[in-house]
Amino acid sequence: MEHYLSLFVRSVFIENMALAFFLGMCTFLAISKKIQAAIGLGIAVIVVLTLTVPVNNLIYTYLLRDGALAWAGFPDVDLSFLGLLSYIGVIAAIVQIMEMFLDKFVPALYSALGVFLPLITVNCAIMGGSLFMVERDYNFTESVVYGAGAGTGWALAITALAGIREKLKYSDVPEGLRGLGITFITVGLMSLGFMSFGGIDL
Amino acid sequence: MATMKEALTSPIFKNNPIALQILGICSALAVTSSMKVTLVMCISVIFVTAFSNLAVSMIRNHIPGAIRIIVQMVIIASLVIVVDQVLKAYAYAISKQLSVFVGLIITNCIVMGRAEGFAMKNPPLASFIDGIGNGLGYSVVLFSVAFVRELLGSGSLFGIEILATINNGGWYVPNGLLLLPPSAFFLIGFFIWILRSADKEQVEEEEFKITKNTRSVKEAF
Repeated sequence: MEHYLSLFVRSVFIENMALAFFLGMCTFLAISKKIQAAIGLGIAVIVVLTLTVPVNNLIYTYLLRDGALAWAGFPDVDLSFLGLLSYIGVIAAIVQIMEMFLDKFVPALYSALGVFLPLITVNCAIMGGSLFMVERDYNFTESVVYGAGAGTGWALAITALAGIREKLKYSDVPEGLRGLGITFITVGLMSLGFMSFGGIDL
Repeated sequence: MATMKEALTSPIFKNNPIALQILGICSALAVTSSMKVTLVMCISVIFVTAFSNLAVSMIRNHIPGAIRIIVQMVIIASLVIVVDQVLKAYAYAISKQLSVFVGLIITNCIVMGRAEGFAMKNPPLASFIDGIGNGLGYSVVLFSVAFVRELLGSGSLFGIEILATINNGGWYVPNGLLLLPPSAFFLIGFFIWILRSADKEQVEEEEFKITKNTRSVKEAF
């Protein structure tokens, strides 16, 4: 249990997707003007990451890994080069299914998250989650915890940035730095703050 | 022919994918701590953007609108797999250093953005050139960031020592901060500042106008 807790904390703070690995930056910068929208997108990312990382983990373990197809009678087959294609396929499919499911059964949530769902397919944080899972050789339970943690970390970062940006628009920024430039520098400072978690080892 | 040249050069400074269109920043930051890795990353991105644009543009009239994103995604993913396998075979050390970021070219918004925004509406050759142009625009930003980070962060360029560091008996104390993630954000921020100061057209509108002081200085005191 402790191991999972430590993994969770590590993926939220120390290895924060957005601030330490720069993943999901495009949406991170584009959708962080309003807190409301940022929270919506953050929740959508948590849900999608918690679903896709474990599913990709299963696909990797039982279909793609070297010798994974032994159960089907092909012990020498290594399909891991197909990984990239399968992960992105899984992500696109899960996002699509989730969109349809929410539309049918939870319309309130759908109208809140609806606009963000298609954006999530091309969010590098989602793909990055799956790729890190493969690289670090997580097992199924670890991948569930990692997915949830990474998503939470990303949501936390985007909400914090949106909060800062809402205040920032009342400040007098030099002309060339206005908008994107100052946002980058703000994110840099936030990332510096998150680095102080670096020494924590649970 | 003028348009071809335009397609190649305008993304480099005038319409830079990173600085102006906010595309493809994810990988721009993570791989820039050394020049060698950056070079490999840039070549991979230029290759993928150019050929995915070419391929998408060639079949643009046959793709049904509803599934175009998936079709583009499959084309891009296949190209990235090719790049990934080639790197693993011929440059294993660098491919280990790039780790997940080669795979993340798939979700790099530049590739998707150009396929969707340009290649779907233009003939193959123009799209191919546009792909190279945008890849170069991306590379320019990456290289300037990597140049500063490697030179000041470890005193070398492409692994060749330029500023003799203290550890090797020289005079330069490397600035460790530049090898850490936050510095990349600052550098890109400054890069955008320089670019926009040079080209005023790119300055963004103010969201909130601060009113001028109505009282004169003398009155205020």
